[in-house]
Amino acid sequence: MIYLNGFRDPLAAAALRARIADSASRLSAERGPVRLMEVCGSHTMAIARSGIKAMLPSNVELISGPGCPVCVTAPGYVDTAVEMARRGAAIVTFGDMVRVPGTSTTLAKERARGATVHVCYSPAEAIAHAQNEPDREHVFLAIGFETTAPAVTAVMHQAATHGIPNLSFLTAFKLVPPALQALMNDPDVALDAFLCPAHVSAIIGADAYRPFAAQGTPCVVAGFEPLDILDGVEAILRQMLDGRSFVENRYSRVVKDGGNARAQELMARYLRPIDASWRGLGTIPESGLGLRPEFSTIDAEVRFGLPQREGKPNPKCLCGDVLKGKIRPAQCPLFGTVCTPIQPMGPCMVSSEGSCAAEYRYAKGAA
Amino acid sequence: MSAAIQLAHGGGGALMRELIDAEIRARFADDALAPLPDAAILPSPGSRLAFTTDAFVVSPFEFPGGDIGRLAVCGTANDLSVAGAIPRYLSVALILEEGLSFAALRRVLDSIQATAAEIGMRVVTGDTKVVPRGQADGLYITTTGIGELIDGLRLGPEHVRTGDRVIVSGNLGDHGMAVMCARESLPVHPAPKSDVAPVHPLVEAVASFGDAVRFMRDPTRGGLASVAHEIVEGRPLAIELDESALPVAPTTQSVAEILGMELMHVACEGRVVAVVDNTVADEVIATWRNMPQGRGARVIGDVVDGKSGRVVLRTRIGGQRFVDRPSGELLPRIC
Amino acid sequence: MCLAVPMRVIEAKADGRGRVELDGALYDVDLSLIEDVHPGEHVIVHAGFAIEKLDEAEADARLALFDELARTYERESGQRVRLAAPAREETS
Repeated sequence: MIYLNGFRDPLAAAALRARIADSASRLSAERGPVRLMEVCGSHTMAIARSGIKAMLPSNVELISGPGCPVCVTAPGYVDTAVEMARRGAAIVTFGDMVRVPGTSTTLAKERARGATVHVCYSPAEAIAHAQNEPDREHVFLAIGFETTAPAVTAVMHQAATHGIPNLSFLTAFKLVPPALQALMNDPDVALDAFLCPAHVSAIIGADAYRPFAAQGTPCVVAGFEPLDILDGVEAILRQMLDGRSFVENRYSRVVKDGGNARAQELMARYLRPIDASWRGLGTIPESGLGLRPEFSTIDAEVRFGLPQREGKPNPKCLCGDVLKGKIRPAQCPLFGTVCTPIQPMGPCMVSSEGSCAAEYRYAKGAA
Repeated sequence: MSAAIQLAHGGGGALMRELIDAEIRARFADDALAPLPDAAILPSPGSRLAFTTDAFVVSPFEFPGGDIGRLAVCGTANDLSVAGAIPRYLSVALILEEGLSFAALRRVLDSIQATAAEIGMRVVTGDTKVVPRGQADGLYITTTGIGELIDGLRLGPEHVRTGDRVIVSGNLGDHGMAVMCARESLPVHPAPKSDVAPVHPLVEAVASFGDAVRFMRDPTRGGLASVAHEIVEGRPLAIELDESALPVAPTTQSVAEILGMELMHVACEGRVVAVVDNTVADEVIATWRNMPQGRGARVIGDVVDGKSGRVVLRTRIGGQRFVDRPSGELLPRIC
Repeated sequence: MCLAVPMRVIEAKADGRGRVELDGALYDVDLSLIEDVHPGEHVIVHAGFAIEKLDEAEADARLALFDELARTYERESGQRVRLAAPAREETS
């Protein structure tokens, strides 16, 4: 499979590593460590799996961004899904969601208590589950960044047009650009550049990052394969050496400037921007997508008369500060005591590659 | 004869007798050890015995490459084999769900019978219970096994030392991915096949290397990662694995890419991870590669001095990272 | 949340369904989010849906560039790949 394995070549990786080291050595004379944020949780995972941090010079720091849409799903969303399950609905969800904590429980725990939770790979399975058990309400947990939203919207479209009366959607889609803007607006956040997500960009297009580049932050779109990531880091360092900031698309084999127009149109038909609550970051204006009112028949909140709850994030959780790089995980009062990978509070512990989960694991591993 | 298991099949009455006579004794009772008592008196082998037990719950209980019956026999036999023993005797306890079809039960029992025969193990005792519908997922099996230790093998993580090589007998993760694809109805063709198989031939083939074989384990639940941690945990040693050396089947790799799975964390049911002295590593590999069970054998890593208890992966692109212990339930990811 | 892999299209049906291949394994996926897809082309599949085509000319160009980098590096450094990365330990 050349389009995967070709981008995992060790010799090219060594070459890119040497170039990064060279660029970084020329930078360090002028300034302190470079702080690059990899925005997407899939980049974070790929960086960890390939051991890329160990390949970078010490003055290049990769900061994990807001993570994945699962990790940043607010506790109130999980509480609402749990309440629907307790009212007898079967929940259909991506596997990532079942361990994400609500205020006091998770879907995994509810399943052990008798709730029906179907884990799926594709959202299309929601239709099959609903048809298999026509007398039971089914709720699909419609979460995701821009990558996933079109696939779920396609299933909404099928459900709406073919009339699957017992399937509805509990939405908590998140949008990447508003979160980046919120991070840039925060005076406490010191970031030099964004390594922009691969597959979110396939949908929204590389042009979506122009506003950030215009504010002086280099933005490089990179794929998720190891060579793509090294190549992206190298491109960022070059921009910094040249004193420039622009949107550079190093994943041009997939990402177009304008993105996937067909997917965008489908999303616009069914979804509208709404303010959204991010675990760890709080509410960010117009940073989510919800169903348009004309599709209220497939909106689980309407069907169950259950608007999404506020939920109670643990008030002592400092994930927001960890995400922004203001504190180290161990400086959070909950770290390692109340908040552990088994019982996570914030997104940095929920995600197995989140900063807190990683620090917890390595601290324990060294003991 | 009824078509489905009823609660009464576990009740101890006529139906249960019918079940045991027609389906169990017909397969397992033989001259020497009939009539399958609750506890078997074993012929004294005059040597040290290995004894193990394991419970098997797998959904679905039939999957590409095997079923719960073959799994239950191999699981226990393989535990004995990698302890350095020849598997000899087996007990089989069945927990059947009310409503299980006799056709399915027969397929599983036939599979137990065939697998035990393949290994040369004898089913000498057992038990059967039936639980109400909804209290089990078709059927569960517990097997207990006794094996006879092979002279000259002394296996255990305490024998592992710096400079030893880590070997695996074949592809990683086939069983776990096969079961997950079957359970989640992932539309993949051909579906990955479980590697469930007896490993005793692999163990017996390297017994002549004696003390140069330090440790063997079948990487079942938790996969290679969990075995690697078991080897170095609490010892002043570390293991370094080479990502590019890890053997994987293309279909399994393909599914793992799509579901975001780490094959080092996924179960095998017919492989052996061995730690051997550096001087015999090539010979062990050559021996295994000449056997059908060991065609994919490879050296995958080294035992090194270093931060105690750590398992490190030298990644294909030249990076390195720690290998985690697996964290419970494996779920398909989209993130 | 964005795990997606390139797969080769084997069959594209009129109803938007299709069959794709990765490493010899065939998968049934939904192709309705992309336009004008034909057997032999590569698509990026996420959660059972093709979300974009893979532009093979762009991919090949990037691979050729990486290959050139690798050759130059090998020539100039005179060394093969180092498999370990001792530079620093990963801590976060």
